[in-house]
Amino acid sequence: MFLHVNDLTVDFATEDGVVHAVDELSFEVERGSTLGVVGESGSGKSVTSLAVLGLHDPRTSTISGSVLFEGKELLGAPRTAMERLRGDRIAMIFQDPLTSLSPYHTVGAQIAEVYRRHRGTSRSAAWERAIQMLDRVGIPQPKARAEDYPHQFSGGMRQRATIAMALVCDPGLLIADEPTTALDVTVQAQILDLLRELQEQSGTAIILITHDLGVVATAAHDVLVMYAGRAVERGTVREVLHEPRHPYTWGLLGSMPTLRRPVTEELRPVRGAPPSLLNVPKGCPFHPRCDFVELPGPRVCTGERPELSPPRGHGDACYLTMKQKREVAP
Amino acid sequence: MTLLELSGLEKHFPVRGGFPVRRQIGRVHAVDGVDLTVHAGQTLGLVGESGCGKSTTGRLAARLLEPTAGRVLYDGRDISHASRRALRPIRPEIQMIFQDPYSSLNPRHTVGAIIRGPMDINGLNPKGGREARVRELLEIVGLNPEHVNRFPHEFSGGQRQRIGIARALALEPRLIVADEPVSALDVSIQAQVVNLLGRLQRELGIAFLFIAHDLAVVRHFSQRVAVMYLGRIVEIGDRTSLYESPRHPYTHALLSAVPEVAVDGGGRERIRLTGDVPSPIDPPSGCRFRTRCWRAQEKCALTTPPLTRLQGDRDGHLTACHYPLP
Repeated sequence: MFLHVNDLTVDFATEDGVVHAVDELSFEVERGSTLGVVGESGSGKSVTSLAVLGLHDPRTSTISGSVLFEGKELLGAPRTAMERLRGDRIAMIFQDPLTSLSPYHTVGAQIAEVYRRHRGTSRSAAWERAIQMLDRVGIPQPKARAEDYPHQFSGGMRQRATIAMALVCDPGLLIADEPTTALDVTVQAQILDLLRELQEQSGTAIILITHDLGVVATAAHDVLVMYAGRAVERGTVREVLHEPRHPYTWGLLGSMPTLRRPVTEELRPVRGAPPSLLNVPKGCPFHPRCDFVELPGPRVCTGERPELSPPRGHGDACYLTMKQKREVAP
Repeated sequence: MTLLELSGLEKHFPVRGGFPVRRQIGRVHAVDGVDLTVHAGQTLGLVGESGCGKSTTGRLAARLLEPTAGRVLYDGRDISHASRRALRPIRPEIQMIFQDPYSSLNPRHTVGAIIRGPMDINGLNPKGGREARVRELLEIVGLNPEHVNRFPHEFSGGQRQRIGIARALALEPRLIVADEPVSALDVSIQAQVVNLLGRLQRELGIAFLFIAHDLAVVRHFSQRVAVMYLGRIVEIGDRTSLYESPRHPYTHALLSAVPEVAVDGGGRERIRLTGDVPSPIDPPSGCRFRTRCWRAQEKCALTTPPLTRLQGDRDGHLTACHYPLP
């Protein structure tokens, strides 16, 4: 397995208490495939990706579990080793391309710098590589545009440039945190197409973090649905979106207006609001908002926390039996 | 019945630059000839990408901005250049809901004071008093009336948006201009707010100008929909005909760019636009969309296509295109 995250737990000490941002999360990503991580704000999806990259401040966070990447343990790896890895074997792109580019340097120089730092090539070779990358991500006249500053690029082009920077060293793993959320829908479609093309050429594994199930459906192979720092459902895109098993996944799908569903039908939102991570509900974290807590019997959902089951393939963390699910599923 | 009519509406903002004297060096054509109508008790959805002028159109409709040219007719009266004094009696009837529930509420006021504000300003004395009305409004939007003395920071994003809605309802408006009211909210909360707005419309008969970039949300909440591109309406029509048989290439491209949950795809034709929206400081001649349009021909650069009803389309379905889709 290419990336294997096991029992990852991330806690932050804050003035108000300990925030349990991620709790015993396990997942795997294979070479050449895309894992979509879906969840609402505060579900722990971004915290997870920063933990994989080793970007949490050790003074304020406590991280346990294991992150195996290409057979090497990343949790607790020395800082210099992580610095060599980041930007080289593991790269990341963020939601807002403008804040991830320096306004004082040309786009070409920023891409070339990453390449020189990791590969130690000459300036001119790195510059050539930068132009080649800009061309690969579909920026017209890459030679001339490499000399431009980020503010001279449009939003979609900036995101292309950050993708070029992320892929300049041919990373094995790309973490994309809401890469299209700040973009218009026509540009979003272009960027998702681009990521897919680049993945087909290079076999890069992608972790795609998003709140949009539509983006997952178009761009991912597998899905991990997160709620309050835990995985509540896992499977292929087809399994999770077409035969969803967890009541929270039902709620997410029922909340989404689509271009197909009959307009006479009201949306079926999840009632209430996500819990505070300072005080995650005992047992199944979703039970205060779940319509089916009574079904598994008294006090089951508020007792032991449900684990993802079955442990491989399409699994969900819920005490309802398959028979009950078939009966109550929307 | 037509409640709001915008015709030939334009709003240009000056662009200044240069040294030592900052002169006007250009104009942003934010809104450049918009025609649309909002019917009483109905929703008109206004969709488009960032920078297309949809928010400016909303602000012009609520007369928070004065148009450069064109007319704003509210309930038959021309309010395009009405003075503050002349607008006073109309203000309560047109209210706004904003996108960001964090910055649109005063953090130092209690929820009660925020919702009572519009009544205080307009000297409104509802039956039973203002305090009772505030509690009633909180209940209408699904919040606990006991929370009148709390401050905005004690509420979640979705609850704050409900406070904003309660404030907009305080004066019993006939028209609400809602500018991206759900785009800052999480999916599950977004659905709660969309359902709330739908219920308010059915129960109170309020008309909405619903501005959003999310085509799926707009489809769900609007009886009629207008699509905007670079300051102009390119297509407007009832929901069914616009979504099921779009005639303008841009509408078609927008719809096909929406990522759908249905994995099978369902045989939707995929259209990918290339490039970005041109600058509104120097928009293309003729049809604004021609620089990204795959059907564009010479004529598109020369003459601006008028917004008209095309052969075979239903009443009220208007398209501005020389070479519309079949």
